[in-house]
Amino acid sequence: MDWTFENVDWAEIGEGTMDTLTMLGFSTLFTVLIGLPLGIILFLTSRGQLLQNRTFYMIASFVVNVLRSVPFIILMILLIPVTKMIVGTSLGVLGAIPPLVFGAAPFFARLVETSLREIDKGVIEAAQSMGASNWQIVWNVLLPESRSGLIAGITITTVTLVSYTAMSGVIGGGGLGDLAIRYGYQRFQTDVMIVTVVILLVMVQILQSLGDRLVLKFSRK
Amino acid sequence: MRTYTLRCSPFFVYEKGVFIFYQDYGREVDALIQLRHLHKSYQVQGKTIPALTGIDLSIEQGEIYGIIGHSGAGKSTLIRCINLLERPTSGEVIVDGVDLTKLDEGKLQEKRRAIGMIFQHFNLLSSSTVGENVAFPLKLAKRPKAEIDKKVNELLKLVGLEAHKDKYPSQLSGGQKQRVGIARALANDPKVLLCDEATSALDPQTTNSILALLLDINRKLGLTIVLITHEMHVIRSICDRVGVIDGGKIVESGNVLDVFLRPKHPTTQEFVEQVADSTELREAVEHEKASGNRTIARVTFLGEKTYQPILFQTMQETGTVFSILQGTISRMKDTPYGQLVIELEGDVAQNQKTIETLRQRGLEVEVI
Repeated sequence: MDWTFENVDWAEIGEGTMDTLTMLGFSTLFTVLIGLPLGIILFLTSRGQLLQNRTFYMIASFVVNVLRSVPFIILMILLIPVTKMIVGTSLGVLGAIPPLVFGAAPFFARLVETSLREIDKGVIEAAQSMGASNWQIVWNVLLPESRSGLIAGITITTVTLVSYTAMSGVIGGGGLGDLAIRYGYQRFQTDVMIVTVVILLVMVQILQSLGDRLVLKFSRK
Repeated sequence: MRTYTLRCSPFFVYEKGVFIFYQDYGREVDALIQLRHLHKSYQVQGKTIPALTGIDLSIEQGEIYGIIGHSGAGKSTLIRCINLLERPTSGEVIVDGVDLTKLDEGKLQEKRRAIGMIFQHFNLLSSSTVGENVAFPLKLAKRPKAEIDKKVNELLKLVGLEAHKDKYPSQLSGGQKQRVGIARALANDPKVLLCDEATSALDPQTTNSILALLLDINRKLGLTIVLITHEMHVIRSICDRVGVIDGGKIVESGNVLDVFLRPKHPTTQEFVEQVADSTELREAVEHEKASGNRTIARVTFLGEKTYQPILFQTMQETGTVFSILQGTISRMKDTPYGQLVIELEGDVAQNQKTIETLRQRGLEVEVI
């Protein structure tokens, strides 16, 4: 193999990188918007918590588990009709976002639930004793107290989403994964493959160290 | 239990040539907190486990009421029933004239603001500074910011933490954390402060400084304090009245002095033994009794009599020879007391007379 990267169309790589970042940005945003409330509800309805509700928790928990246990690549295909309904197409950057959110939101919800569980029950009790409403407890106790755990959760989810975006190339999702599959895999252009992998790797590194730094900054323990 | 709903008005009584002004602060009348026929049980794996089995308790405005019991006796459940962190299975919780068990969620939240609470493990917000922690209940009550700032500074001054306003709880010592807890509990100017084992996680010195602070607040603000503890020392240092809880029931209650100088229930006796060397005494008594026909008596001094030489004078007058087997001179909150176990030698009839004389002079004598 030569190291001239003759097959690499740098403009296309740049475009692919932008597509990946766009998919990553929007899917992370919607994953947090859906996963955070879902995680809070899972936590609140679980045993011994403020809104304990066995039936609701069991159903919600089951749905989350189902979505999490379907391999992402299959979930993506299964969701094609749903995706078309939501964004009008199952292709390109736009078509990739709904399956990414469906795949990552349940995962993030579990991470949220776990970090809320880390909060000392006594602190919630103290807020109750001061006359806090359930909404005030969520807003003023649960979220601030689990802040560093939530940031760590968002970091892990975003890194997972990086690999999911690459997978979405298989069904015509666009981005770096799409390039890697079309050129690197189907046309045996290993140099394109290497470039995309290196870019993805750098992306993950940056995201992870950014997340770690934020966690450290907000950690008060 | 009798309960009066009317407050008695002040009245005058002519006595010994002067008019005396009376205001009846009767216990039942002025009770700020009343627990009536309180029952609480838990469902654990299909089984019903009783935690409280019929608690009737009345706590007056302005007093410090201590509840002492072993772990598992139900004291933690009991104090949590006062602000309904635990909802009793049956019974009434009347705080400041309102039965909390009958309120809806919104009204209850409002009422809880008049009941401050501090905890064994402080339960501070770890992500907020000391100042933000104290401001927290005011923020929940949606008070204006200027008012919050002013109040926070006042409270931090009261508990002696002005210099630590911007620190995080993890940077404080246990005693300081509890001071933050106290300041936070006082933010909404509550009528009652509930203390859930507030000193149990602290070392003895810090415990004393927190107890002194609680007593100070009780006096300065006239705040009613209800505390639960397993330490006799806490009760003795600051409480006015005490209830001993065992097996989900109050087995003995009354003024601290009465309950602990004359404990009746075995559990109470156990707690009293925590601060007295009763086992050694028992051995001494057994030994002395075995060695002959002697009179052993426990003499109790209360208040001013503690420091008067009544015992010595009486013995001298009656010519009785005696020796001291055990003795304590101490204080319950503000009242000095002494308790001596003495052995009288000589004729039994003569000893009986001496004991009578001691009783006439205001000492309590119990022949063991």
